[in-house]
Amino acid sequence: MRAIQYAAPRSLGDAVAILQERGNKARILAGGTDLIVQVGEDARDVDVMVDGKHIPELMELSFDPEKGLTLGAAVPCYRIYEHPEIKKHYPGLVDSTSIIGGTGIQGRASVGGNLCNSGPAADSIPTLIAYGATVRIVGANGERTVPVENFCTAPGRNVLAADELLISIHLPAPSAHSGACYLRFIPRNEMDIAVVGAGVSITLDDNGIVTAARVALAAVAPTPLFVPEAGDSLVGKAPTEEAIAAAAEIAKNTARPISDMRGTAEHRKHLVGVLTRRALHRALERARA
Amino acid sequence: MTTETKYRVIGTRPVRPDGVDKVTGRAIYGADVVLPRMAHGKVLRSPHAHARILSVDTTQAEALAGVLAVICGRDMPAVSGMAAAGEGGDMNMRYASNNVMAHDKALYEGHAVAAVVATSPHIAKEALKLIKVEYEVLPPVIDVRKAMEPNAPILLEDLRTDTGGVKSETASNIAAHLIAEEGDIEKGFADAAVVVEREFTFQTVHQGYIEPHACAAEWRADGQITVWASTQGSFAVRQQCAAILQHPIGQLKVIPTEIGGGFGGKIPVYLEPIAAVLSRKAQRPVRMVMDRTEVLMATGPTPGAYIKVKMGADKNGNITAAQGYLAYEAGAYPDSFIGAGMTCLFAPYNLKNVRIDGFDVVVNKPSSTAYRAPGAPIAEFASETVLDEIAETLGIDRLAIRAQNSAKEGDWRPFGPPYTRIGHQECVAAAQASAHWNTPLVREGKDGKKRGRGVASGYWGNWDGISSCIGRLNPNGTVSLLEGSTDIGGSRASIAMQFAEAFGVTYEQVHPAVVDTDTVDYNDVTGGSRTTFGTGYAVYKLAKKMQGEIVGQLAGLWDVPAESITIDGSSYSSNGHSATITQLAKLFEENGIHINASITAKGSNLSGAFATHIVDVEVDEETGKVDIVRYTAIQDAGTAIHPSYVEGQMQGGVAQGIGWALSEGYVYDSEGHLKNATLLDYRMPTSLDVPPIETIIVEVPNPTHPYGVRGVGEVPIVPPCAAIANAIHDATGLRLRDLPMSPSRVWEALEKQ
Repeated sequence: MRAIQYAAPRSLGDAVAILQERGNKARILAGGTDLIVQVGEDARDVDVMVDGKHIPELMELSFDPEKGLTLGAAVPCYRIYEHPEIKKHYPGLVDSTSIIGGTGIQGRASVGGNLCNSGPAADSIPTLIAYGATVRIVGANGERTVPVENFCTAPGRNVLAADELLISIHLPAPSAHSGACYLRFIPRNEMDIAVVGAGVSITLDDNGIVTAARVALAAVAPTPLFVPEAGDSLVGKAPTEEAIAAAAEIAKNTARPISDMRGTAEHRKHLVGVLTRRALHRALERARA
Repeated sequence: MTTETKYRVIGTRPVRPDGVDKVTGRAIYGADVVLPRMAHGKVLRSPHAHARILSVDTTQAEALAGVLAVICGRDMPAVSGMAAAGEGGDMNMRYASNNVMAHDKALYEGHAVAAVVATSPHIAKEALKLIKVEYEVLPPVIDVRKAMEPNAPILLEDLRTDTGGVKSETASNIAAHLIAEEGDIEKGFADAAVVVEREFTFQTVHQGYIEPHACAAEWRADGQITVWASTQGSFAVRQQCAAILQHPIGQLKVIPTEIGGGFGGKIPVYLEPIAAVLSRKAQRPVRMVMDRTEVLMATGPTPGAYIKVKMGADKNGNITAAQGYLAYEAGAYPDSFIGAGMTCLFAPYNLKNVRIDGFDVVVNKPSSTAYRAPGAPIAEFASETVLDEIAETLGIDRLAIRAQNSAKEGDWRPFGPPYTRIGHQECVAAAQASAHWNTPLVREGKDGKKRGRGVASGYWGNWDGISSCIGRLNPNGTVSLLEGSTDIGGSRASIAMQFAEAFGVTYEQVHPAVVDTDTVDYNDVTGGSRTTFGTGYAVYKLAKKMQGEIVGQLAGLWDVPAESITIDGSSYSSNGHSATITQLAKLFEENGIHINASITAKGSNLSGAFATHIVDVEVDEETGKVDIVRYTAIQDAGTAIHPSYVEGQMQGGVAQGIGWALSEGYVYDSEGHLKNATLLDYRMPTSLDVPPIETIIVEVPNPTHPYGVRGVGEVPIVPPCAAIANAIHDATGLRLRDLPMSPSRVWEALEKQ
């Protein structure tokens, strides 16, 4: 009978050494809420699971008003949405982490894992893109930094090489008068996968004029989709109903969804417009609060 | 409403006897059975929806360390004939055998083609990959109307269409064409001021029981077979296994475990015969457990369908004629409960001029089976939405049109004698008087969402069937009550309550247990809303029989004529003698007397149960999403034995109906592959999708039962789909005629509006 090995390295170096030795047959284990299910369903061929939860850098969760938020790759969702500074400064991240799975799943599932699983419908990735987050990666050749919008390359695929692992995610320090929001559409009210998701952020100056805005979408392309034109269309303008509707229309026209058992392409495209508009209004309320 | 106080036990709400074991995790379900030297079985399933099996090579799998045996179709006995298997009537056992393990053809994706037994489930699963099956892939047909076309791919070469006993000359996917007729529909439609004719399509849905199918079997060297099964009918499992295994029925014992939901889906056998054959080959007991994907692919589901309904009414709203065309997808093998669908189609109404044509059609989907009021929810979706449209056209109140046309005692119904005393009118009257109906609807919801209110009625019959049980008076005055009806919804409590009422003891003095097929006499399955009705009738007769035995023994001990002994509750008296059951139990023990009795009873039931539901929905017109904001279920329970469990059945039926209406449904690609065989994408409602459901129990006693019981388990799933569609219409103006009414469908319809 076939057995799968389990390794629990205590340092980044030890983890990289295992990845180097075992190549594609090794996978980093964070919460395991995707990985263990995929292995059980024969969807991933894994010889060794490398538990990241004993590596201090992967479990770091710290906020600095100057530097921003550092989110270790294996930190589970519940620690994120219960964190007082995150609740105050990154409500969009609370939106995402509190709807991934149910309460039990949130006790294990991590944002790093959500990112590395690289599903087009991942609920945390549009939010990270909206916040302008970057990721810190380490491998045999040392460290590198990648913006989240460049991380995923195809469904289930990303820029990590076989010998690399994700250390942490960094969200910039919050600007004054800024707000963000993530909304997803699901046919039910809980425990579902996004038919469409929209993560947005918006920053205003003292006069209420938009100085920056970012829009990213889930489940409407092979990867989470960053739509810079949608956010840019708001910059320099007052965030009126019309300006927000125009930005939402750009997002809608950029989306390139497919029809599947979760929804039709036409409905998904339409929902992008609705959700982007609603998310921008909610983000604006937060920016003004 | 509460039950009249003429009863001591009936109408109270005691704790269920199986409750503590269930909430503490001690209850033994199918997958909890552990036997010495037990091995583990797994099934290899067809990846094709329609394929001829050319060869199966098991040699590599058999060579894997830990594998004890491998079987495929050729290891199953050749089977013919019919066997009684439940409320659906007799089963063609060759089809049943072929469904358990495909012989020459795989007829749906997930159809079992081979099975492995190994020392661990993991080894068994690995061994499945080593079985080589050669298929000739055939074109599938997964839609009922396409399957009925003359040039459609044929699933079963021997199948002929049965029209009133006359068989067609050539092979067809149409297994049967049933006709129900009364009066003159031509005249009826000519007399109508308004005629509405509409077409509907329905998706395949699954019962969605929590517990996946699981069983264990041991085939001993002496030919005795014991099966542990999570089932709605241990005797049905025994009959089906005996037929499929071609084994003497007396050498088969079935031990029912606790059951984690069935809803009709745990009447057919799937794993049990395979486990038995594997056990014989491995010479070990074998346990088999399905995973959720296997459950969705290979068990259940309820038929998808195409329905056309035409109804006419005069200007006062009196229905003048009604016509129905129902084509149901039986799945891989015949029997889609088309007759039940036809019976229920117009059941709440008194109709003089009717014609209903029903077609039972095989398609390349899992063989359909019963699901809570099988055939009824979709049939009544069609008739109840058409009636709603007639009411709207004529400007008649929606409950008023249902009241004025209501069926009552003596009225005609398809395939059966006229109705006895029924309670549809009373349900509609209770709906009209309800707090919900009398609370004005606030049409504006949150964030500009639109609200609407809908109503619908529904019917489901009661099956009488046969029930047997045994009662023993213990020396302390308690009674051991042995039943053969498996308990899927609180029937141990409701049956013990009826026994206590009839025998004159307290509920706590009765200790009910569900026992195996060797211990108690024959029982039909727990299905057809029959157990509280039919087994309740049996324990009533059992109590009277035990009282008779007590009187007989007392006459001797007290030396009085038996006729002089009077019974008042638990007290027996005659000529200055008087004693309670508890005192008598002690007296009997001291005198070496044991009171025990067994009974086999068949109720006689021509009645049934009606329900009327009211629902308020909220529609987000921008996204197409529908939320249920208020729900009231009104139902005639005859007499509510345990009102909490009646309410629980009503609420459970509504919850499943909400899923059927809004989110559930099998999604197939053009090759007949099921695309959503997981609970992530087969969307059953969560707790956040189902609001608190208000219940109103109406009690119009059933004249054919000593306590007036009507079955309550099935009818509450009948009205929800139609009531929700009528509410969506009230909110948006849309008439939706395809289920599920998913956000995509609602949005697309709004775009076209």
